[in-house]
Amino acid sequence: MDDTKRYERLRERFQNGDISRRSFFGLLGAAGAAYGLQMPFARQAFAAGDVSQVRFDGWGGVVSEAFRKFAFDPYTEKTGIKVIDGTFPGGDEYLALVRASQPGEYNIAHLSGVFDYARYHSFDLNSELNLANIPNMANVMPALMNAFKSITPDSLSAAPYNYGTTGLAYNRKHISDEEMKEKGAKILIDEKYKGKIGGWGDWRTRMWYAALQTGQDPNDIKDTDAAWDAVRKHRDVALKYWASGAELMSLLAEEEIYVTEGWSGRIYALQEQGHDIGYYDPPQSFGWQECLFVIKGSPMAACEELINFMLDKDTSIAVAEGQSYPPALDPTKVDLGEKIPKLPAFDPTGTLSGLTFANPAYWNGNEADWSKEFGRVQRGY
Amino acid sequence: MSIEQREARQPWILLTPALTAVTLLLIVPLMFIVVYSFWLKSAAGADTPGFFLDNWQEALTDSFYRDILLNTLKIAAITTLACALLGYPAAYFISRSKGNKLILLVLLMLPFWISYIIRTMSWINILGVSGALNSAMIWLGIINEPIQMLYNQTTVILGLVHFLLPFMVLNIFVSLDGIDTNLEDAASSLGATRWQGFLQVTLPLSLPGLAAGGLLCFVLAAGTYITPVILGGPRDAMFANLVYEAIIRQLDWPLGSALSLLLLIVLGVLVLIYNRYLGMAQLAKGLG
Repeated sequence: MDDTKRYERLRERFQNGDISRRSFFGLLGAAGAAYGLQMPFARQAFAAGDVSQVRFDGWGGVVSEAFRKFAFDPYTEKTGIKVIDGTFPGGDEYLALVRASQPGEYNIAHLSGVFDYARYHSFDLNSELNLANIPNMANVMPALMNAFKSITPDSLSAAPYNYGTTGLAYNRKHISDEEMKEKGAKILIDEKYKGKIGGWGDWRTRMWYAALQTGQDPNDIKDTDAAWDAVRKHRDVALKYWASGAELMSLLAEEEIYVTEGWSGRIYALQEQGHDIGYYDPPQSFGWQECLFVIKGSPMAACEELINFMLDKDTSIAVAEGQSYPPALDPTKVDLGEKIPKLPAFDPTGTLSGLTFANPAYWNGNEADWSKEFGRVQRGY
Repeated sequence: MSIEQREARQPWILLTPALTAVTLLLIVPLMFIVVYSFWLKSAAGADTPGFFLDNWQEALTDSFYRDILLNTLKIAAITTLACALLGYPAAYFISRSKGNKLILLVLLMLPFWISYIIRTMSWINILGVSGALNSAMIWLGIINEPIQMLYNQTTVILGLVHFLLPFMVLNIFVSLDGIDTNLEDAASSLGATRWQGFLQVTLPLSLPGLAAGGLLCFVLAAGTYITPVILGGPRDAMFANLVYEAIIRQLDWPLGSALSLLLLIVLGVLVLIYNRYLGMAQLAKGLG
């Protein structure tokens, strides 16, 4: 018997005088309360059934615009399933939100780095994708898939989607290409540009570049004291730690800063807007891969369908061109057109052997101590 | 039920929705935060429930937190002082203006129609290297190169004053508006100059409003988070930023809970001191 029928029978009993007015409204109230209470759990039950919308969270700005225009709108048109797209300024902030949410509230996230994949796994927030529902995954570079499989060998919770680097962005009016190549990562601690240097207020990026500035392997920093001194030196010469891609672009475009490390796609977007901003990946520049991570409790069939749609060659290329980040599609299998091979960090071999990625075990192992220490260092300690 | 009993129950019936909302939306979440502050963060995965004093010990003994807390209180105090100095003349002018008082009050409320974040970010377009002020000074030939004015403690205070000034003006205005202007005339008739009349009659009578505005500005400034993020440099953090970092960046919810409670306790003590000497009635009047 459905709820409407139950209500009609109850109303009939009330109208016939079989139950009092007080009992009638009491039962209605109880039904409402019971419905309200079962909703959080119903969300999980609905996950397996009919789905009218899927939530997707990404980095905002040009990245989200490209998703909306080239992936979500066509997907909604094709399937009728609405994609609600939210944004976050950083992976840490988003993880905090997801931890505090009900299962199923957040569905797919555009996560950065294999270390994020490992973190979600450690917080038991990972799902299990049915790869049979994502045939377009066959076109993804094995190098990107293997990074995730090293953490969850028996299953995958995410589909690799794009990759890029956090290299050095500089204003060519004030810093020449030659000077940039000569100084490399050390330009971020150069007194000559004091007050005109920026940096992401992210402990991983700060420590990664501190490792490069002190001549160490970012995935095996032996002299952490020297690295922290480099972080302090950068803090003292920096004008500001930027907090989002939009702020990074604004600081460079407005010439508040002349040099910073920056996300390859965002810098390319600035160049396309006509700003004379150079981009240089120093040796062992911070490489990362981004994925479409499906969070536990999500409607799996709808999420898998959306991911498959997003990995479709035409969609993937259109999104990549819009975001200015190379897609995860294997360039040896798929013709990526003319623009993508010109994007920063693009690897025509499909092996990504030229990029240095963060070792998830190493960086997640140091997260508790280093994130806390950075909080102090950036305040002058 | 007698009429007396019914009348005694009536206030509680009317208060029930508000008390329920306060309990569910404030007291219960606060209790969660209290409980969380005694848990421990694990290296990865879920936190460790229990009764551990580690977070409180760290929050109370670590000089890092003490220094940032003192700096936060200092910034809040400077902001409050600046708001008082700028707000009093404005409130006096509005309260003594004839006819256009309503228009001036509406103008005072206008900034609230724009998002606080947008209002804060507007300073970037004013004080930035290619902002209005630098462009104007270069155009006038006062400077050759743009001056770096943004991203320091001064701009943080400027942003806070911009945000909080209307609160101060409104509170002082309420106080000044309630003062009988005949008292100033009486002081003049007794030989006092206008300045003496202001100092010895108007100012003392308006002090409750000034104090209420001061308390509001101080508490709001001490708990601010977004202004130092947008207008501050690398070192310009306030205590709320540490709470944010502990909870969001470091995923250390137990320590973040202890830090947020510490800030709440410090500000709560200040409110209690205010209440002891001035009473909360004036604050309610100012807010109303």
